[in-house]
Amino acid sequence: MSQDKKLKGSESLVAALEHEGCEVIFGFPGGVAIPFYDALYDAKRLRHVLVRHEQGAAHAADGYARATGKVGVCVSTSGPGATNLVTGIANAYLDSSPLVAITWQVRSDLIGTDAFQEADITGITLPIVKHSYLVKTTAEVPQVLHEAFHIASTGRPGPVVIDIPVDVALGEIVYRDADTLDLPGYKPTVRGHIKQVRAAAKAINEAQRPVLYLGGGVISADAAPEILRLAESRRLPVATTLMGIGAFPETHELSMGMLGMHGTVTANYAVHECDLLINLGARFDDRVTGKLKAFAPHAKVIHADVDPAEIGKNVPPLIPIVGDVRQVAVGLVKELEGMEWSAERTAEWLARIAARKEEYPLQYEAPADGKLAPQLVIEEIDRVTAHDAIVCTDVGQHQMWATQYYTFTFPRQFISSGGLGTMGFGLPASIGAQIGCPDKTVVDISGDGGFQMTEQELATAMSCGLPIVVCILNNGYLGMVRQWQDLFWNKRYSCTSIETQPDFKLLAEAYGALGLTVTEKDEIEPALREALACPRPAVIDFRTSPQENVFPMVPAGKEITEMIGGQAKKTGGRTS
Amino acid sequence: MKHTLSVLVENKPGVLTRVAGLFARRGFNIESLAVGQSEDPGLSRITITIDGAEHPIDQVTKQLHKLINVVKIRELDASCMVVDELMLVKVNAEGEKRTEALQIAEVFGAKIVDVERRTVVLRVVGSTQKLQALLELLQPLGVLEIVRTGIVAIARGKG
Repeated sequence: MSQDKKLKGSESLVAALEHEGCEVIFGFPGGVAIPFYDALYDAKRLRHVLVRHEQGAAHAADGYARATGKVGVCVSTSGPGATNLVTGIANAYLDSSPLVAITWQVRSDLIGTDAFQEADITGITLPIVKHSYLVKTTAEVPQVLHEAFHIASTGRPGPVVIDIPVDVALGEIVYRDADTLDLPGYKPTVRGHIKQVRAAAKAINEAQRPVLYLGGGVISADAAPEILRLAESRRLPVATTLMGIGAFPETHELSMGMLGMHGTVTANYAVHECDLLINLGARFDDRVTGKLKAFAPHAKVIHADVDPAEIGKNVPPLIPIVGDVRQVAVGLVKELEGMEWSAERTAEWLARIAARKEEYPLQYEAPADGKLAPQLVIEEIDRVTAHDAIVCTDVGQHQMWATQYYTFTFPRQFISSGGLGTMGFGLPASIGAQIGCPDKTVVDISGDGGFQMTEQELATAMSCGLPIVVCILNNGYLGMVRQWQDLFWNKRYSCTSIETQPDFKLLAEAYGALGLTVTEKDEIEPALREALACPRPAVIDFRTSPQENVFPMVPAGKEITEMIGGQAKKTGGRTS
Repeated sequence: MKHTLSVLVENKPGVLTRVAGLFARRGFNIESLAVGQSEDPGLSRITITIDGAEHPIDQVTKQLHKLINVVKIRELDASCMVVDELMLVKVNAEGEKRTEALQIAEVFGAKIVDVERRTVVLRVVGSTQKLQALLELLQPLGVLEIVRTGIVAIARGKG
């Protein structure tokens, strides 16, 4: 941007976005957003993706951020536009995703008068943002945007809301790129304390039954290569959280898969029996720990996290380390290099884990009703995409099966709503992911319930010509709630049957996308191949059995030993 | 157990809402809160008293630190701080009660800042206990209205 040029506030926002390296924003216009959209009309580098509902803009920006590691940006008008972003902002907050949400606001002099389309969005979003701004003057615009990008993407990432009254967009300033920060209260600790790192290395070196427990922090810190080095240096078996999926290749012999409520028997029992639990970038969420008092009862705990507030929140660690997980891992590897160690120390432990993996694999049987096994559909998606697709999901049974039966091998490969558990996340997130990673195959695995919450974004995907493949595991139920009703509520299936629904094939075709319906096993692969080859969006309606439940399952608030399912190996089904 | 936090914040719109909201969200009741400009015109200092019996105070101070506009948090040590609160009390002062009110005020070093035919207003500065003791003595006269600033506290010496 050439310096000292007079720009309107709206133009300076476009200039500032371009200065931050922002390539794409997701949004939807409205009354007070018109000046900004007018400025966008002349933007040379900044691309705008027009969604069909603002929630889609927030999720798409979030999906873009998770797939690329860059800041995702969404834009809305005031009032309902802004409130429609709220779920997406909360979703980004719970999963620590770097999101900047720009909301336009009514004129400054109208704020507080219940003006048309006025909503106090900074007030509404206060508990779900890392930070927020209500911009008062045109002159502040470049600086606020610069700070917002910095805050969203550093330390523990998170969403930042920038609310801008329309008169601020209309005012003129001499635009200058903002490159300095004035944030006296914001200095994330990046480097872990060397004494703590050393103590942790010593504990790792001495452990006989260690477990590496990886969370989303590993992915946001881009720490996977260092973590791999750490795990291999002491042969540490690895369990990941939902958010940590992809932080460690599941094809690796040290991988135990996911832990927690629907985690593997191997991972959960390893945590239960370990003498050292090394938590890197995870937060001891209740879906992971079950009953806190009985969690990892024999373990010393090391907990490294960039957010000091996470340390000691649920589990008091013996060795806390505040710092960026990548830096901590580098430090640990360095310290361990100088220590003597023999593979004999953990040999028995690794043998026990290997035996358990063999004896208690994830498994399922062909459904008695003759319909498709949802697990099989995921296995086929995994096989046909050769473990290499970016997989987005909604929330529910299909999401858990995706974690269990897809083989994730690299970071940012699995994009899912973890903390907030937002149905409808998958399709818009896959749009963001595909725009961020145009050369990757992007698959959205969804349920018939979640898909219908944001299905209008098929139009967005069409308008952008995105070759995403939407796989709906259609069992005619809100499956995860049905599963809880099945297991804990006497099979009283209150309000979970959603048999009345559109023909998803025809719906896809109505949008101009490819639509396919699959009812038989041998149709799965051809349908997937056809969809993957299609340059347009594709929707495959897989008619799966409503009787299938996700196992194993540690019921909410229970101990790992109270796991349902997870029996020893049966014949048939998946055995690896 | 009571905790007194001295929180230095950037003097920006909405900061007080962020701070107060955070305590509510994390399940803490604010007993007293006082805010004003600090020695640096760009920064304000908030003195907050909370009862930390139910939850460890640690978690809320860490969460408070995460607010971008919070610059510094200090938990003041009860044995090493100066604490004061200002209170205005309007009491019934008809007939003989007036003399009594004036006597009590004198003992407590309270100033009479308003006198009307039927009421007087006392202004007193001191610890929460002192204010409480004064109120107890005034109660029989008929306390009509109480206004308190909430406590402000500062660490002793250079520490």
